[in-house]
Amino acid sequence: MSTLTSLARAVAVATGTAQRTCTVRHVHVSARPLVFVPLALAGEAVAPLAAIVGDQPQAPALLVVAEPRDRDQRFAFAADLAAVVLRYIDGYLAEQEPTPGREPATRYADAPQLLVPNQAGITFTRLLGRSTRFRRTEGPYAVPPSVPLLGRWLTFFTERAESPSSSLMLAATDVLAAHWATGQSPVEDRNLGALLGWIDPPPGMSGAQAAAAAEDPVRCPPAGPATDPTFDNEVLDQRMLAVRAARLSGDGRAFQRAAAALTAALATQLEPTWALMWRAVALLRALPEGAHVAARWDGDKDAFTWHARHVADGGPPQPRRDGAVAAARRLASLERLHEMVAAQRAFDDPLVMAEHRLAGEAFAGRVVAAEPDRVVGAGARRVLRPRITVETGDVPPAEPGGTFTSPARPGQQARVVAVTAAGGRTRVVLELRGGMGRSLTPPPGSMPALGEFVSYAAFGDGWQPPPAFPAPEDTPWTHGGPPARYAPDDDDAREDWS
Amino acid sequence: MNGTEARLARIRGRALAKTHNARTIAALASNPGCARRAIMDAAGVDKPRIAAHVGFPAPFGQSRFALARGNAFEAQVKAEGAAQLLTLLRERLNLPIPQAHYDDLAEVGGNPSLDLRHARTKALLARAVTSPGEAGTMFDHPLLRLAVGGRHAFLEPDLIAFQLRGRFHIVEVKSFAVIDGQADGDKVAAAAIQSAVYVLALRDALAEQHVPPEAVSHETILVCPKDFSNQPVATTLDVRKQLTVLRRQLARIARIDDLLDLLPDGLTFDLDPGGDGVPRRSPADLAAAIRQVEAAYVPECLSTCEMCYFCRDEARGCTAALGRAAREELGGVEHVATVLRLAGGAETPGVPGGTVAPGTARTPVTPDLAEAAELLRRAARLRAEASRAGAPRREAG
Repeated sequence: MSTLTSLARAVAVATGTAQRTCTVRHVHVSARPLVFVPLALAGEAVAPLAAIVGDQPQAPALLVVAEPRDRDQRFAFAADLAAVVLRYIDGYLAEQEPTPGREPATRYADAPQLLVPNQAGITFTRLLGRSTRFRRTEGPYAVPPSVPLLGRWLTFFTERAESPSSSLMLAATDVLAAHWATGQSPVEDRNLGALLGWIDPPPGMSGAQAAAAAEDPVRCPPAGPATDPTFDNEVLDQRMLAVRAARLSGDGRAFQRAAAALTAALATQLEPTWALMWRAVALLRALPEGAHVAARWDGDKDAFTWHARHVADGGPPQPRRDGAVAAARRLASLERLHEMVAAQRAFDDPLVMAEHRLAGEAFAGRVVAAEPDRVVGAGARRVLRPRITVETGDVPPAEPGGTFTSPARPGQQARVVAVTAAGGRTRVVLELRGGMGRSLTPPPGSMPALGEFVSYAAFGDGWQPPPAFPAPEDTPWTHGGPPARYAPDDDDAREDWS
Repeated sequence: MNGTEARLARIRGRALAKTHNARTIAALASNPGCARRAIMDAAGVDKPRIAAHVGFPAPFGQSRFALARGNAFEAQVKAEGAAQLLTLLRERLNLPIPQAHYDDLAEVGGNPSLDLRHARTKALLARAVTSPGEAGTMFDHPLLRLAVGGRHAFLEPDLIAFQLRGRFHIVEVKSFAVIDGQADGDKVAAAAIQSAVYVLALRDALAEQHVPPEAVSHETILVCPKDFSNQPVATTLDVRKQLTVLRRQLARIARIDDLLDLLPDGLTFDLDPGGDGVPRRSPADLAAAIRQVEAAYVPECLSTCEMCYFCRDEARGCTAALGRAAREELGGVEHVATVLRLAGGAETPGVPGGTVAPGTARTPVTPDLAEAAELLRRAARLRAEASRAGAPRREAG
């Protein structure tokens, strides 16, 4: 959020339509994402009630649990879901591509992408992963091998979802709200139907009207995992009781009928969200992709490849909790990635850069003077140091000395030499180095030309090396000392299920 | 009945009074500047019914599955004289409890009178503190009272006040799961503020018996199901911060008399029920009565107050309806129309002709407003410029 975004919200209120806050798309959208809309039974920690899932808008799979409080039925659901998800993931385990100059030398050529409606969908997926990845495939309460494997993959996706640079798992409301400003509050933006109403209202309706209509749970059921309480009380309860009664009666045809009625009821709650999800995908695809998105997706492919090989090599499931070193490493990495993505977004998108200009972290303007052939030093130490003067109406750098980078030429550094007032505007003299070859004349286009509109930011889009952490076996005593080597034990598998 | 109570009774009309509970007090404390909510809650108005009658039914209900799960878990923990709870307190929290009594204060000899129950609660609690034995005591369903907005609200917590060696701990049983030692942050925060309400009410009750506040610990005990099971697990919550917040907010809720003084004498939210109980009052008339009491709508109301849709509709066109952060970022300017006018009206992209709502055009210019105007103008200029700069790229991509 920034003044610029809030101003866009104000414009949205006045015009009745959502306003773009980005000129490009800052996430990767797969050509074949797996859309997953889960529903949970109210009151339980993680009791799947139903889900609609698939990678084709016309061919979703609808999974239903007739009695979510029954552990056998929960794991039967997990097995059904695993059949869909694992087959989808397998589709990405065929083609590999070389990774020049890096280890390992190859990675998978593309990666799967999991899309859920909202943050609560990510939380549910994380807990579903947690509740299945330690299950045993033999002994009491054995489950099919696909169930723990599903749990490991769901955990992998939700861990990646925490990373600001990753597009492996996305919540539709987060992504849409990052690209459009609506005339409502961020709290209301969490409603997928209302958010899409603002962004893409049906013909004949304003965004505000479409959003208001989407708040009616009968017309637009909640996007889950929580269900509409009125639906629970007035429809779901009876249908679940009917299935139970029919099962106890032993009448096979009555059971079929009751189960079909329950499935039909749950379908009415899921299908509208399914359609909304694919509308969101289409809207996002229509935006041009930001310049750095592909490089970030390469990082996702690396992560996918690493995890797929870890699973194939018989590695253990993710532990219940990170050790001290792993947690510190993860936190530091998230912080670095957060900064990196913020900078890359600004470099890819003038509207995002405008937020930094408003905050005084960047400035932009026309080049009003240039000394392209300026050379300093003498003899063999002569180096090219061109200067340009940029006239800007933005908040200029406070004093000379700072180093700035321009999105147009990220490899070139610009040091502020002088800042002078010029009427209501400011002239900033910049000395350039880098990105201009070895000769003493800059090649055409390698530096800003007279009259060019340029922007300069106080940050670069560069990757920062991670700080050094001790190896897990050298964990200092302040952090509990070296942890016991993690191996999934019986305790993980034996926990109670109600 | 004193003057204040008579006024509140008139505002409530013929409907039965609704009582406060820890949840409503916690919600009140989260938006203490809202006179509408303060008056409605103090008068015990049936807000869901009123909101529905004026055409803005409250957006929340509770699923019977959630209720059933909550009740089943609570019953299980409290079964057989709270046997499971006692084990938890002993083992998890290392409390040296040789044995404990279990007293249910739900009714007094079959008499459910609130005053009687409250008196008995106070007497028993005070006796437990002043003559503590080695055995602990668990009090279930105590009836407490808290002064809110100059008026006493009865609280019927479904909880246990656990007393050991003259010191009380509030025990709250919730049915959300603690998985690998972590629970949903929002739910824990809600539980903590509710526990704080009970701590405050319990301290009030004991103060009347001249027992110092330290007799009620600021460490409350939260009991939740562990992982995916029904096994209870206990965690201690330090609610000192919540107590401070709550005390400050309760003090800030203007005394109800001051609020009442600002309202017309004849104000009432009575629905004018006919013989069959169906309201006969016109919704427009009721809505006009509601508007007499000023609201302070923020989007957070959407999850805490039954009147939220009515107030949101009323706040349309205000920056506050876009969230606290947006309002601040727009320089604290109150109306969206003013924001757009300051930002440059006709030059703002997407606003045809810079339409300005009537009545907002001649806002007096204060230094704050001038500063906001400067910020908004710069933002509008940058937005327009960047949107133009982005346009060719869009076609290229």
